[in-house]
Amino acid sequence: MRVSALIKWPFLASLALAAVPALAADEVNLYTTREPGLIQPLLDSFSRDTGIKVNTVFVADGLLERVRAEGGRSPADVLMTVDSGNLLDLVGNGLTQGIESATLESVVPAHLRGADGSWFTLSLRDRVLYAHKDLELDSFNYEDLADPKWKGKVCIRSGQHPYNISLIAAMIAHDGVEATENWLRGVKANLARKAAGGDRDVARDILAGICDLGLANAYYVGRMKNEPAGSEQRRWGDAIKVIRPHFAYGSEGGTHVNISGAAVARHAPNRGNAVRLLEYLVGDQAQSLYAKANYEYPVKAGVELDPVVASFGALKVDPLPMTEIARFRKQASELVDRVGFDN
Amino acid sequence: MAAHALTLRQRVRLPLPWLSLAALLAAVVILPVIVLAATAAQGSEGLWSHVGRHVLPQASLNTLWLLLGVGIVVGVIGTGCAWLVSAYEFPGRRWLSWALLLPLAVPTYVVAYAYLDLLHPLGPVQSLVRDLLGYDSPRQFRLPDIRSLAGCIGLLGLVLYPYVYATVRAMFATQAASVLESARSLGAGPVAVFTRVALPLARPAIAVGMSLALLETLNDIGASQFLGIQTLTVSVYTTWVTRSDLAGAAQIALSMLVLVVLLVVLERYSRRRQRYASSARSRPLPPARLRGGKAWLATALVSLPVLLGFVAPFAFLAWESWKRMGAHGIPAAVLDATWNTFTIAVIATGVTVAAGLLLAWSLRLAQYRGTGERFAAVTLRVGSLGYALPGTVLAIGLLTPMAWFDAGVARVAGAIGLDSGMVLMASGGALVLAYTLRFLAITAGGIDAGFGRVPVSMDHAAGSLGHTPGAILRRVHWPLLRPALAGGALLVFVDTMKELPATLLLRPMNFETLATWLYADAARGAYEDGAMAALLIVLVGLLPVILLARTRRGAVVEVPA
Repeated sequence: MRVSALIKWPFLASLALAAVPALAADEVNLYTTREPGLIQPLLDSFSRDTGIKVNTVFVADGLLERVRAEGGRSPADVLMTVDSGNLLDLVGNGLTQGIESATLESVVPAHLRGADGSWFTLSLRDRVLYAHKDLELDSFNYEDLADPKWKGKVCIRSGQHPYNISLIAAMIAHDGVEATENWLRGVKANLARKAAGGDRDVARDILAGICDLGLANAYYVGRMKNEPAGSEQRRWGDAIKVIRPHFAYGSEGGTHVNISGAAVARHAPNRGNAVRLLEYLVGDQAQSLYAKANYEYPVKAGVELDPVVASFGALKVDPLPMTEIARFRKQASELVDRVGFDN
Repeated sequence: MAAHALTLRQRVRLPLPWLSLAALLAAVVILPVIVLAATAAQGSEGLWSHVGRHVLPQASLNTLWLLLGVGIVVGVIGTGCAWLVSAYEFPGRRWLSWALLLPLAVPTYVVAYAYLDLLHPLGPVQSLVRDLLGYDSPRQFRLPDIRSLAGCIGLLGLVLYPYVYATVRAMFATQAASVLESARSLGAGPVAVFTRVALPLARPAIAVGMSLALLETLNDIGASQFLGIQTLTVSVYTTWVTRSDLAGAAQIALSMLVLVVLLVVLERYSRRRQRYASSARSRPLPPARLRGGKAWLATALVSLPVLLGFVAPFAFLAWESWKRMGAHGIPAAVLDATWNTFTIAVIATGVTVAAGLLLAWSLRLAQYRGTGERFAAVTLRVGSLGYALPGTVLAIGLLTPMAWFDAGVARVAGAIGLDSGMVLMASGGALVLAYTLRFLAITAGGIDAGFGRVPVSMDHAAGSLGHTPGAILRRVHWPLLRPALAGGALLVFVDTMKELPATLLLRPMNFETLATWLYADAARGAYEDGAMAALLIVLVGLLPVILLARTRRGAVVEVPA
């Protein structure tokens, strides 16, 4: 009797909870690793304009495992992630499908999407240097962070975080494994505190005098500096300035960017709506929201930036293809372990 | 055939229906472990050597130090406070004796968030210290960073000590009176009474409370990751998420599971010969009155864990929420999440209690019938295994079996022309199942221990009076079991409400709980927005903790696994 209760309850609940959204017509189901707060305004505006309801589940980790386990019956239409590695993993595991869309192909540059339409970049997130505002420093290379003159002055989040892994993978591609390992050891030796916390903690800890500089994503600065004057976050943001580093040895130079991107799920029950959502997300309105509300760098050229982000100057993107970065991701993660970066 | 089976059953009187149900339940628990083992077996050897060389040594060392540190902290605070409130009378003792349970309502990740803010060089504590010392910038003077092993030990200890406190206090309250009074009357001083009588007496209770606290520590991901401590659980997570290597993660997770099982077996083995039954009627120990400075010292000592483990983080969250509410009001999403959290926790609690009762009852029935006892005992232990698995690991292990289940249902539904969609995976069912498997140890262990207090001879007496086993359960055990059931239920409720990793992975679309809402805010580095969710988790969690304090004065936490 008790076991039957264990099985019966989900049955009933599923009728009430799940079956309805999965079967209804004008809907699209979104599985995302993006924080809901960041994409909700975009989705709301999509629903307003198209009348298509967006059902979301924010899966922090395990998006791939969940979609794979759900298999052919998965209700997922669109898979959205904040890291190129995660996105390419989905593609590599055959969980996405190629789509043809003139809109997407014209907006998203070729090196920022899958050639077969299996994934698309929606926004760029440059990984930049936060430096104390009084520090006399105008330009910076990623490689400089290992310079012994910054000993005890560097703050950064866990080396295993996807944002750092992606950067380290890019460095392996540019400078080779050995140079990257030495770099990591150098940065580790320069750390002012444990490699932990989030990107905004770098600004906060610079204000607190724990460190003078560190790497973090640029859009956080847009958010902090746009907070009301006198608020806690605004003080963090005002304590720092942003420098867009380049790779010293990269052929053309350029700043490392990670992407937020999306793909249409292999078994998408609402494929048409899924494509419409993706097209909407690279449209002027959505791209402007990415830039103005999230302070990210729009993938569409010519979209107006938030003034704070615009003040960092033009973004010259490291031309290394995303697939190349993804290729070295695992090696990057193993390097972080080997030098004991997070210990 | 049927007749033969019946005579066989009559002959050995095996409680077959119950045992089979219990075995089925245990099989469901073991399923994710089997899936993990299969996944681990696919792992590449190259990775295993990488993990073995560069990850495991440091992670094991960190984990060991963390366990050792937390063990000492919870042992000292839990036992010390339990002893003080049981043996002595001092100002505030009555309300402190239940307030000591309050930190149970504060999840580890919440205490970590709160204290990072409180103790940050820019936070209120260090600002005050700087003002007092006459420094005007944190660049001139700072306290050590909380993001360290010591910080993590302290914070985990502050919210996990109630596990030890509750069990040890229950032991002192129900079993200690006669022995301790004899010791006192024989002239033993207070120190001797504590070290030579109370402490040895409390040892099994300390072991039980500590094993709960240490399992929580071992499986903690929130606080350890947030404070940057590379524990084994954090490594499992990193290996899986960052390297997309589920096989490697499963390998580490399984080694951890083996370690936990070994520890539990060892702990049980070490006290196999000890018997703590007491024939004396249980009654509370009359506390000795402390006077003057000693009395106030006792008040101060016992207040400290409550202040640090509950009042400080709670006040901080309340203040932050108040500020946010003034600026933005209460978001409707938070209210939805509160309702979701409450509903799913109530349902999961009901199912977990029922499942725990099934496991414990089939063991009791086997003891009563005098056959199948070993099998039933193993079933109970296996059924309790989920508590030893980190939530994330359990959740990944569950994905595949649940997909099978859904495929099976879809086939049946398809045969009668229905589209069932994703029955378990897309409903709260997946969550309820995960919570049940994860926390079954709490109810099964508690109820089993509850049965243990009633000699089987009493069942036989009732049986000889013509009562069926069902009637024995209803009329003999039910009244006696109620405290254990209530206590187990309340703990499961609190744990379910706080649970984060499995909830994140297995919840249906458009379904946020307070924990996931808080996590989402933390994920974009905006923990101050999560203050409200954190506050609500603590508030909802307070309810059962206060109830827990009232039922049998907290005598409810029992042996896991």
